[in-house]
Amino acid sequence: MENSATLAAQVAGEPHSAQNRRLRAVIRPWLTPKVIAGGAIVLILVVVGLLAPVIAPYDPNAQNLTQALRPPVWFSGAHALGTDAVGRDILSRLFYGARVSLVIAVMVVIISGVLGLVLGAISGYFAGKVDFLIQKLVEVVWAFPPLLLAIAIMAFLGQGLENLILALVSQRWIAYCRVSRGQALSLRTREFVDAARSLGARHTRIILRHIMPNLFPAAVVIGTFSMASAIIAEASLSFLGLGVPPEIPTWGSMLADGRTYISTSWWLALFPGLCIFFTVLGINLLGDGLRDILDPRLKRSGSGIG
Amino acid sequence: MLRYLLGRIAATIPVVVLISLLVFLLIHAAPGDPADLLLSDEASASDIAEARHRWGLDQPIYVQYLRFLANILSGDLGMSFKYADPVISLIGERLPATVELAIASMLIALLAGIPLGVWAGAKPNSWADNLGSTVGFFGISMPSFWLGIMLILIVSGHFNWLPSSGRNTYGVAQGADSGFYILKSLLSGNIKAAWDGIKYIIMPAIALGTGMMGLVMRVTRSSVLEIMSEDYVRTARAKGLGENTVLWRHVLPNALVPVITVVGLELGTLLSGSIIVETVFAWPGSGSLLISAIQSRDYPLITGTVLTYTVAFVVINFAIDILYALVDPRIRFGK
Repeated sequence: MENSATLAAQVAGEPHSAQNRRLRAVIRPWLTPKVIAGGAIVLILVVVGLLAPVIAPYDPNAQNLTQALRPPVWFSGAHALGTDAVGRDILSRLFYGARVSLVIAVMVVIISGVLGLVLGAISGYFAGKVDFLIQKLVEVVWAFPPLLLAIAIMAFLGQGLENLILALVSQRWIAYCRVSRGQALSLRTREFVDAARSLGARHTRIILRHIMPNLFPAAVVIGTFSMASAIIAEASLSFLGLGVPPEIPTWGSMLADGRTYISTSWWLALFPGLCIFFTVLGINLLGDGLRDILDPRLKRSGSGIG
Repeated sequence: MLRYLLGRIAATIPVVVLISLLVFLLIHAAPGDPADLLLSDEASASDIAEARHRWGLDQPIYVQYLRFLANILSGDLGMSFKYADPVISLIGERLPATVELAIASMLIALLAGIPLGVWAGAKPNSWADNLGSTVGFFGISMPSFWLGIMLILIVSGHFNWLPSSGRNTYGVAQGADSGFYILKSLLSGNIKAAWDGIKYIIMPAIALGTGMMGLVMRVTRSSVLEIMSEDYVRTARAKGLGENTVLWRHVLPNALVPVITVVGLELGTLLSGSIIVETVFAWPGSGSLLISAIQSRDYPLITGTVLTYTVAFVVINFAIDILYALVDPRIRFGK
């Protein structure tokens, strides 16, 4: 019995285990404690965000004034994490808030990443006048204190998803642009770029096929940190009442409500803040872990903000 | 040095001009006519037409911009709708409170962050390192406004130890409640008023300083780690100095250079972070002024505050650059 089981396992398992070993060898260096812990938090967040309509016990905007400001009752009552001033279920709003935070942060990171990479690659590759103009733009946009430009954009252009994304992208592309410009400046003189050029490749092709792929590892690292800062920035703007329209539940606007009722209803401010904190912590951990693996040279800068 | 200074000034001026252009374009990108925005809601159609002419809104856009720039350069930021006072004097009144808060936050960040960083970096992978690194990580991940709200909830709400909003207790300040309040009270020997002010500033300063503290801790740690393996540290040990002397006399001063850089870079974060923290604690600084201006759609005041913050940030960065050049001759001559 035992023998035949081992035999079967050997017969069936042999090719698999070789494959497994190779797979494990590829994955192993990625599985640092930081990446696992951070990845787990981010994964939970993504699942909660995706499944919000399924797992949320209530409609996040359903008001019920007879149930207003109910404290959390944990595992027994109707509202596990309590209700807000108009009787909306906190837990459901947190689930939907995860969705909003994630969607906005991902969009912001992708848009600023593409913008920053393209401008940085162009700036570094062409050098000269183009470089001068792009770097002037970088210098001016960067001269604004972080978040202030975003606040100004929201103040003048008004609330709304497009404006919010514009506001959050406004300074966030610069980190990508600076790093990729520096790399492109040194890549442009490398042999493979000369080779491509002598084969008659156009500038667009050289930038897209030969320069850009080399810029990705650093961009991934910047992207993770910039996702964390985008989530904080989005929450800050929502907290100030400068985010998405009020009917969309976000952690930042929930915190602003919580501040109003701070003396009577602690749960309003505690839970959304914990969500923001753990999300940012998770992404920072993941970013730190990825940086250690992908780009050890960046290790010294130690920055998790910006 | 003079040559370097002049060069840096020449490089900064176009940036300031372009900043004003960007803000100008932002005002013009706002939905609606600037005359509608810049006048209160009660203005009649003829008021608006009159204002359009007075402000030159009927002229080409580059003329409008040049007028805007000329006004800024002459220190005229317009009148606030809400307060009916010149914007520049409103900001001038509230700015010291913000600066005082920023300085207090920076002190907290440095006084907590540097020892934690040295402690963690001196013994990598010890429990001290793990604890310090965890604190550092929590620090950079903690949203300042949530930390502020939690401090209010626990320290003011539950224990009633510290006041949760404002800058000083009514009556204690004796009229001198603006400007650099704590500093002024200390200088005039009014210890009671100074202590009162300190009680009010502790929580906002912790809320604002924690993020920077985390960053300072992390940078100090990695910098100490690096310096520990330098030759001169081995020399110091070889000549029989105690581990503490080596650490505090030989390692720390050298490890602080990158810390100073980070502090300089993060001043902007502190500046804009104060906007949110001031709102949480109803701190009467220029940040809460900006937010209340946004809420009441006081556009001249918004424009003025944004410009002031940005120019202040540019000036700070400029000063830091000059400091570096003074400290490190390579920057002055190199390129």
